[in-house]
Amino acid sequence: MSDKNPCENAGGPIDIHAYLGEFDDIPGTRVYTAQRARQGYHLNQFAMSLMKAENRERWKADERAYLDEWPMTEEQKQGVLARDYNRLLDLGGNIYFLAKVFSTDGLSFLQAVSTMTGMKLEDYQAMMIAGGRSPEGQRSIKEHR
Amino acid sequence: MARITHGIACSHIPALGVASDFDKWEDPYWKPIQQGFAPTQKWEAENLPDVVILVYNDHASAFDMKIIPTFAIGCGESYKPADEGWGPREVPDVEGHPDLAWHIAQSLILDEFDMTIINEMDVDHGLTVPLSMVFGKPAKWPVKVIPLAVNVVTYPPPSGNRCWALGEAIARAVESFPEDLNVQVWGTGGMSHQLQGPRAGLINAEWDNMFLDKLSGDTQELRCIPHIEYLRETGSEGIEMVMWLIMRGALGKETRELLRFYHVPASNTAVGHIVLEPVNGDVPPSATVEGAATQEQII
Ligand SMILES: [Fe+2]
Repeated sequence: MSDKNPCENAGGPIDIHAYLGEFDDIPGTRVYTAQRARQGYHLNQFAMSLMKAENRERWKADERAYLDEWPMTEEQKQGVLARDYNRLLDLGGNIYFLAKVFSTDGLSFLQAVSTMTGMKLEDYQAMMIAGGRSPEGQRSIKEHR
Repeated sequence: MARITHGIACSHIPALGVASDFDKWEDPYWKPIQQGFAPTQKWEAENLPDVVILVYNDHASAFDMKIIPTFAIGCGESYKPADEGWGPREVPDVEGHPDLAWHIAQSLILDEFDMTIINEMDVDHGLTVPLSMVFGKPAKWPVKVIPLAVNVVTYPPPSGNRCWALGEAIARAVESFPEDLNVQVWGTGGMSHQLQGPRAGLINAEWDNMFLDKLSGDTQELRCIPHIEYLRETGSEGIEMVMWLIMRGALGKETRELLRFYHVPASNTAVGHIVLEPVNGDVPPSATVEGAATQEQII
């Protein structure tokens, strides 16, 4: 019986190091790998806790005290207090979890996401209406494509 | 006997849920999207299935970082809309189909797809937004829904190939259910979008339309796209499109396109939507090597 899997690299062991290594070659992007998931575990679980209305109330009343209930690093806590989402991505945050923080602030995805691009909200929104950011030059750092 | 009648793919952008809930469809920003889905709403009303197997991903709502199931199937009686941080959407509860869901869960496990079984959970925008786009704002959803949740948040998500093969296994499972039921499979999420980092806002209309094109006919090329291509070409959240391949796999050997809509933007995202009909719904007898297509067949 021959291997008839339609995909060349499917169904067999793949080189996990090569697989993960490629993620660092994407401009302006932090892929949510196991390493980031471990680093950001408590940060993301803190954010998740804001799904509950009673927790949102306690959070709004005293952000610092609420953060201190979580075993997060001081850097992560500062990143949250500053709503520095790029910093939080670097510290293991995941955008769907961090969304609980900006939703509690009353921000939409569009508003919050624009803060990570270095663009003004109006400019970011105009770029989206004009068809979004082009993939040209945004695919690979090494290959400049 | 139960049968898969059609497949639908649909973006599940949270902002579309907001547009629906707060009646913003007449707003010039949202109007083209409402018009794009109008033919589908009409078509769906005329082709209403009994059950929708709705493939989606949870966005840190029912699942947090404690447990990350790769493939999970909802076998419960009903599901409530999740509170995602701004209170639950005011949409009807989602009624499940536990008989068919448990039949599929058992069949999939015996077919060597090791599913996680969910009896209780809330469902987030990933599941409820497509319902709003296809059914509008009814007092009660007109179909029963079997949620099928896929991890596309924490890497690695399942491969496109594995998703396609799961779709084929779902088709086998549905076919062996004794009750006379019409079943649609929906794949949701996508299309190109990136919600994080300085590259946020990336949209790749050319790639998205290539993907839409290749969902019909008998090509199996899409199942072989590696994760890195989604990441590079469609933004970090474009990976959600692997979920569409579960839908496509479930439709069998050959499909044809009935309806399609593509629009940029809704919020940060390219809206993509397609309705597919099986032309030849045959699926291999199993996901093992002897059942899979040959390299020649896919080219
Ligand atoms: Fe999503």
